[in-house]
Amino acid sequence: MAPERSGRRPAARSRWTDQPAGLTALSLAILLAVWWIAADLAASRVLPTPAAVLAAGWRDLETGEMPFHLAMTLMRVFAAFVLAMAIGSAIGIALGLKPRANRLFDPWVILFLNIPALVIIVLAYIWFGLNEAAAIGAIALNKIPNVIVTIREGARSIDRQLSEMAAVYRFGRWRTLRHVILPQLQPYFAAASRSGISLIWKIALVVELLGRSNGVGFQINLYFQLFDVAAILAYTLAFVAVMLLIEFLLVQPFEAHSTRWRSRPA
Amino acid sequence: MSNPSKPTPPAGAADRLDVLIRDKSFRGADGNTLNAISEIAFSAEAGSFTTLIGPSGCGKTTTLRIVLGLDRDFEGHVQLPGGSGRTAAVFQEPRLLPWRSVEDNIRLALPAELAGTDLEPLLQTLGLGEMRQRYPAELSLGLARRVALARAFAIEPSLLLLDEPFVSLDEDTAGRLRRLLLAVWSARPTTALMVTHNLREAVELSDRIVFLTPRPGRVRGIVDLDRPQAERDLVWRQARIEALDAAYPGVL
Repeated sequence: MAPERSGRRPAARSRWTDQPAGLTALSLAILLAVWWIAADLAASRVLPTPAAVLAAGWRDLETGEMPFHLAMTLMRVFAAFVLAMAIGSAIGIALGLKPRANRLFDPWVILFLNIPALVIIVLAYIWFGLNEAAAIGAIALNKIPNVIVTIREGARSIDRQLSEMAAVYRFGRWRTLRHVILPQLQPYFAAASRSGISLIWKIALVVELLGRSNGVGFQINLYFQLFDVAAILAYTLAFVAVMLLIEFLLVQPFEAHSTRWRSRPA
Repeated sequence: MSNPSKPTPPAGAADRLDVLIRDKSFRGADGNTLNAISEIAFSAEAGSFTTLIGPSGCGKTTTLRIVLGLDRDFEGHVQLPGGSGRTAAVFQEPRLLPWRSVEDNIRLALPAELAGTDLEPLLQTLGLGEMRQRYPAELSLGLARRVALARAFAIEPSLLLLDEPFVSLDEDTAGRLRRLLLAVWSARPTTALMVTHNLREAVELSDRIVFLTPRPGRVRGIVDLDRPQAERDLVWRQARIEALDAAYPGVL
């Protein structure tokens, strides 16, 4: 008798944990429960319960303080992100397409890749003063080498056949860049911006802590002096929530749009 | 000119395609040089269809790349035919942009002066009327090749280069595409230069066939076929193929 083939999934059973959203909710609920139990057992100011964190967050939300500081940090993250992606992509594409330029500038990239974030921030404040431009520039400069390395890898793997086609049909520089090169780099842009946005906001807090008088980093420093762990956690979670919203409302729809040609197979 | 109904560009020696390539060699990965072309010289009248035929590695594709300007490291000269001065190419692979629709793939290739052209007649002739908004991944190889042909003719080129444009298609599809190619080419004053190793294809399409030797490539012989393509019936083609096979054994 021929062996019978059957699918892995039994057809009749469908539990709510089979849904991806259900599983995510379960996972978060477990994390929350573990935190709550640990905080109850510790019964200490340094490990507040979720309820205490929520109360601290609500307090600053009502005074309008939290939205203001979140907005300031978000503004810096956004400006630095745009700056880093634009400059890093331009350099990355140039180095990926021109091997001679790459050999010349590769040591620079490695050097900047290995300068600690703190050094760049401190030097930016010393050289350019305690101002917004220095703050945003320092955040961007920390990210640019990462973008360069990722995009350069993409530019090296550009399809030569399509480039030849573009040359024969005289696409010109701009059309070639926009319609031939950039779409091939899309996965590399996605990778660079994903890893970039989380790195940037972590660095942004350090920049604010060292030389700004507003933003989430400034507030966390303030509450550190007051030893208010509940408020520190409230600001952290609030900013993570903002970043998740950006991910779901901006990043994922954009990615779905730019990869629409992949999703419809013959 | 073998095709009386075909529009021709004004005559003149400068309108011919003239190709002379001497001692073209490549440096291999092992550092040795490989002599690909010894000497290939031929010309093609404006508006005519010329085919280069020869075994693998005889320098056919290299010749096309040199004419296209994709390879400038050679000795000799290439005189392109006059007219619009534009060159189009249909490669072995369709080379469409996967992230652009069929219509965008064609429109992106258009020069500025043809930007608003109505593509409908061309797309209809090639049977692509319903395909405008499809992405290349949704097309069969045969359809993708048609889009590549549409893109090539849409720019109204004075010279069209075809690099084995019908390989790896089944004979029915290839035959249908050849007839489409003839229909579109005959209606336009385009000089065509095709590379193939298929003698049947060459006899069906060409005004002139240039036979090449194995590497390093030299011209083995040039044959003109003077009957208009539209009047080449099966019997005539079969007779020519047999005659050419006798004169140039090993090609068929």
